[in-house]
This record gives sequence, structure tokens and C-alpha cells, in this order.
Amino acid sequence: MTDSVDAEEVRHVADLARVDLDDDAVDEFVDQFGKILAQFEALEEVPEVDSEPELVNVMRSDEVHDCLSQAEALANAEETEDGRFKGPKVS
Amino acid sequence: MGLNAFITEETIEGDDDGPLADATVAVKDNISTEGVRTTCGSRMLEEYVPPYDATVVERLKAAGATINGKANMDEFGMGTTTETSYFGPTKNPVDEDRVPGGSSGGSAAAVAAGEADLALGSDTGGSIRCPAAYCGVVGIKPTYGLVSRYGLVAYANSLEQIGPIAPTVEEAAALLDVVAGPDENDGTTRAEGADSDYASAAEGDVDGLTVGVPTELVEGADEDVVARFEDALDDLRDQGATVEDVDLPSCEYAVAAYYVIAMSEASSNLARFDGVRYGHSGGFDGDWNESFSEARSEGFGDEVKRRILMGTYALSAGYHDKYYKQAQEARSWVKRDFDEAFEDVDVLASPTMPVLPPKLGESLDDPVQMYLADANTTPANLANLPAISVPAGDVDGLPVGLQLVGPAFGEETIVNAAAAVEQRAD
Repeated sequence: MTDSVDAEEVRHVADLARVDLDDDAVDEFVDQFGKILAQFEALEEVPEVDSEPELVNVMRSDEVHDCLSQAEALANAEETEDGRFKGPKVS
Repeated sequence: MGLNAFITEETIEGDDDGPLADATVAVKDNISTEGVRTTCGSRMLEEYVPPYDATVVERLKAAGATINGKANMDEFGMGTTTETSYFGPTKNPVDEDRVPGGSSGGSAAAVAAGEADLALGSDTGGSIRCPAAYCGVVGIKPTYGLVSRYGLVAYANSLEQIGPIAPTVEEAAALLDVVAGPDENDGTTRAEGADSDYASAAEGDVDGLTVGVPTELVEGADEDVVARFEDALDDLRDQGATVEDVDLPSCEYAVAAYYVIAMSEASSNLARFDGVRYGHSGGFDGDWNESFSEARSEGFGDEVKRRILMGTYALSAGYHDKYYKQAQEARSWVKRDFDEAFEDVDVLASPTMPVLPPKLGESLDDPVQMYLADANTTPANLANLPAISVPAGDVDGLPVGLQLVGPAFGEETIVNAAAAVEQRAD
């Protein structure tokens, strides 16, 4: 049985994903979510598969290396102040 | 003005000497170039200028290559046609009314049109092989871990690899030799490929080689495409290869598994774009969440939003087990199917794409149809295996690609077999 996704759920997911959607976009996504999830339904038929992935420890020692300068790190920010990123108010 | 293969045309000179000293290379615009903007085909990163080079770019420069531009692409690599780029679609140089394939469409078009000698693309679910097939050039998706992803702007990092696009198998292999090998900046790279010589494997000697044909990957393809594919198999038989059918039942589930995993990873990877540290900010009205949501709404295109939202949904409470966990089961199944197949055959062959290149604008309205076009390419990404697309002839002047998949780190095998397919086309 396909999960039907309504406008409220699309708005909820958009809120979680921090993507603002207007009403038209919500309607379009409701329609497309349904069609895409119908394709994903096939995964219910997939059997459980024993798998033991070959895992390799890739931890390395914690050493100081050269890194970006403060100016380089800030270079792509729209707003900065006193050598820091400046963002919107938190709440 | 041409094909719109490049988002940014800029010359980045390499060292004076090296194996690529005479070559120009187009670099897909999701691969970081120090001082040259790297947009990922997105309004979000329209003004972003990386402060460092990706490892593959450092290696290109050290090999003497001249990078002659940043190639157009589907936004953040999300697409099969290069029509979702914020900077407009790329045209297919073979037929300018048609798409070049995606998401590395700019890279493949640049090579096919002679606007670059070689190119780098990235392949998450077929994004190198699809445009290679549609533009009539060669593309290699390397084994996962062979090529460093340091400096590649991540979309679905458990699936994607940077790889070469070139006019010939040997040139593609030679470019792979330059970029392959371990990198201390990417903990997922492996030792294989450190001293590779894939170029010299392009001999086309298939006498005694066993080629498996997964029936599942042929049945869904267009008649004309299958006819060219069968012609190529006949030629391989004539050159001494054995061709046999194999069964890969898991492949039927690969597209769904691929999209659930890719969208889930995308929803996480693209969470970093908040417009504060880099990227489109849209100004700072409202509180953090409001301005963050506004910036992302303005900065991302529809396909990117669709995948972020679908991924967020697939990972959300109540649905994780149904979608993400099942997709991982399918991924394990695909891996096991391939492992078992390679006990009997040396390589697996199929059409790269089940259809001929669509006309521009034809496939944008129906995302499901676009996703299904990836049926033959996504299994190799799920199983982390190497795969190559090589031209296998044409239908009414439109190129058909043949895909060869090999066992992990079996790049020599697929390069050799692809060279045999290429020789027949000469």
C-alpha cells in the first residue's frame, strides 16, 4: 500500500529540511512524492541479505597541519564582522 | 554561442612538463579549483570561489594539463540530461536538438565537440557513463576508493567517484592513471592505483575472455539500442570472447535503492548550504531558520529540492526502516549478485543507456521516467565496481554506448575489453 503524502506532510518535511515552499510547490511535490514513493514500494520485496562488509580502520593520528587562513575561510561569506561570520539572529 | 558546455571558461595552466603537457582538460564544475568559481551548476554557489584545489586538480596540474574551463552539469549532479543546470542546458554536439546526457553533460559535450581534449566528470549513478554514451565518447566510473574525492562537492558520497571522459579508451585510461591513487586527504581512498598503468591495458585482446550479459539489463532497452549492442557482442565473439547470459535478479531493485540512498545522503550533504559561510544568502530577514529556509528555497532548483525533501522523508521517523533500511538491503544484494557473477565471467556487458538521447525538454516534466533511465548504470555504483561506457555504433546517427562492468579494482580488464569494442567501431 502506497503511503499517501498530503500537503501537511510535505510542509512538515520541507520544514525539517529548511526549504521554504510556496503553495504551488507544495501541490506539485504532493503529486510527485506519490509517484516516486510508488516506485520505492518495490523495495518491500527485497529479501534480507547477510553481509559482512570489509571494514578498515582509517583513524589517523591527530596532528596539526597547515589549514586555511582566517581570511580564506571568510572569503565566501556574504557578511563578516571582526574576523567572524555574521549570520541571522538565532530566534 | 555553441553548446553551453562550460559554465566558466578560464585557463588554468599546469606544470611545463608531464604526460598531459599537450592536453586541455575540462573539469566538471563540482570539482574545486583554487581561485576559479565552482558553482555545481547551482544558483546557490554562483559566486563561490574555492580557496583550494581538489586532489584530482592538483594531479592534473602536476601532469602538465591545461584546464580550459569548468564544465556544465546538472545542478549538484542531480539529473540525467544536464537540463537542471542553473546556467542553462548543454546541447549534444552530435545533434543539437538533443540532450548530452547527465550529469556530466558539459564534460562529455566538450570532449565530443573538440572543445577540450579530455574531461573529468563525476559518477554517482551513471553521470559519467550516460553522457559518454549519448555523446559518443568514452567514460570510466572507477572502483570506489580508486580516485580521491577530496575537493569534490559531495552529493551522495558513498556512491560517487570522479572519473575520465575521452575520445578513446586509451586516452580515458591514461587520464585515469593521472588521477588515481591514494590520498591522505580522503580516508576512503585505497592503495590500488598508486602506480597504475591502465593505458597500456587498452590492447583489445579478448581472446579467451568471458563476457556475461545480465538479461535484466537488456530486456528493458529499446529495440534499436539492443540491436547495436548485439552487433558488438557478435564482434567480440569473432575476436575470441565467450558470451553467456547471467542472471542478476537484484538489478530490478537497483534504481529504487539508488534513489533512496542518494536522496538520503543528499539531504544530509546539502544541509551545509546555509548562506552564511558561503553560498547564496538572500539577505538576512527573520530568524536563523526563516532566513536559512528562504536562502535555500531561492538557491536550489526544483530537482535539488525534490531530492532533499524525498531524502528527508525517507530518513524521517516511521519511514527509515521501510525505505532506507530496505535500500541498504538491496545494495547488499546487488553486491552479492555481482560477486557471484564474477565467479563465472570476467566482465559484464549491457547497453549503457536503455534509450537514445532524448530531445531537449522532453524528459524534464516526469521525474520518475528520468530516474528509470538510470536502470543499467546504478548497479555498479551500489556495488562500488568499475564500469566503462564505450561507443558501440549508432542508430540514425545517434550514438549507442556499451557498458562493461568489472570486479573491484579490475580497471585493466574493462579497459582491455572496451578497446576491443572500440576497434570494431573504427
